[in-house]
Amino acid sequence: MILRSGRGRCGCSSGFRDISCQATRSSVRMFSVLKERVGEILLPGDEFCCGPQDTLPLTDSGKSERLVAGPGLRRSGDRLLVSRSGVLRHKEPNKFWIESQQRRYVPAKGETVIGVVTAKSSDVFKVDIGGSEAASLSYLAFEGATKRNRPNVQVGDLLLAQLVVANKDMEPELVCIDGSGRANGMGVFGTGGLLIKVSLGLVRRLLAPRSDLRADLEQLFPCELVVGMNGRVWVRAGAVQQTLVLANLLQSCDAMTAPQRQQLFRRLQQGAF
Amino acid sequence: MAGESVKLSKNLLRMKFMQRGLDAETKKQLEEDEKRIISDEHWYLDLPELKAKENLIIEEKSLVPCEDLLYGRMSFKGFNPEVEKLMVLLNPKDEKEEEGEDVSCMQTDVTDEEMALRYESLVGTMKKKFAKKRERAAMDEDDVNQNVVVKNSKKAFLKPQD
Repeated sequence: MILRSGRGRCGCSSGFRDISCQATRSSVRMFSVLKERVGEILLPGDEFCCGPQDTLPLTDSGKSERLVAGPGLRRSGDRLLVSRSGVLRHKEPNKFWIESQQRRYVPAKGETVIGVVTAKSSDVFKVDIGGSEAASLSYLAFEGATKRNRPNVQVGDLLLAQLVVANKDMEPELVCIDGSGRANGMGVFGTGGLLIKVSLGLVRRLLAPRSDLRADLEQLFPCELVVGMNGRVWVRAGAVQQTLVLANLLQSCDAMTAPQRQQLFRRLQQGAF
Repeated sequence: MAGESVKLSKNLLRMKFMQRGLDAETKKQLEEDEKRIISDEHWYLDLPELKAKENLIIEEKSLVPCEDLLYGRMSFKGFNPEVEKLMVLLNPKDEKEEEGEDVSCMQTDVTDEEMALRYESLVGTMKKKFAKKRERAAMDEDDVNQNVVVKNSKKAFLKPQD
């Protein structure tokens, strides 16, 4: 079904007015343009705009589907701008983002990060998360903390916390509980172990749902990892030597291809350490 | 007392102790009335055109929902059992794992049948404890098939006959 210019009555089932119906159709068009370019390398400055079109084929679903622009894509008016160089990725039904490699973390709301406590003030901890500013963590944001019952956290402790406020205009804020007041593993984690700094790409690879790297790690020896989205990983294993091996392994895996990594793991399993 | 009902003011009706007697419908009516009053006073921007354009593109700064990243703590080969429990809880369940769920259910110390048997006898003993002496005597007969008709245990006064 082909419609002439959007001025007359439109036949789409959404029941919107004329102007937004145009926008609906142009969003559908932008979708298809974006989908064509999934997997291509885009550079900052590339633009996807959807202006009013004269003749457009309507798809069956006349309702407007919102496009979710993930990291690397920015909205400016009704155009979509690319702000990072990388590969365009897509996830059904409507998520698009740019995949790129970097080591510097930019705080984003909702991510769990590993922080180091740097200062204690009257009712707030200052925590370093590797961003441009230190984040603040209130005393009451721990499970079972009240005004009389202070959490047992010292300067220099490692914490796993979730970012609750993180934008370029304000200081980031952390909490160690979730919406219903439970800790869910967040807060100060155990003693011992080593904290290492890795690139954000390795963090993504470690936390991906079906990850080869994690499957390989599972086979090695009993160990425990805490991975923060800010590029920090804390590892602990039974013996100090195993912990060191694990830390070195993760740092070198960053820059290896899959076959090289598998070769390294095989050598380890044969008992090179 | 006065024949007509006393007219209660609106403020009185809005108090908490007066609300408890109302049924659901009247409560909804009151809420709607209040909302209408509030919405008249609210100021809003009279620019309908801008609204339509904003809805199309949503910005999402974090990578976690895009790639479905898992929970940050992990433990392998049983190094930290609490973390392994958290992993099972907080990571989204795979489709393959759902078949194996019935098998790996929590093992109960006491089976369901044992619990049912225990509760059967428990109810009986507790009831006996709080029953009066006369009823307790009647209970002890233990008549399961109800062959004997239970007679009136309460004895009335018998007038002596000359």
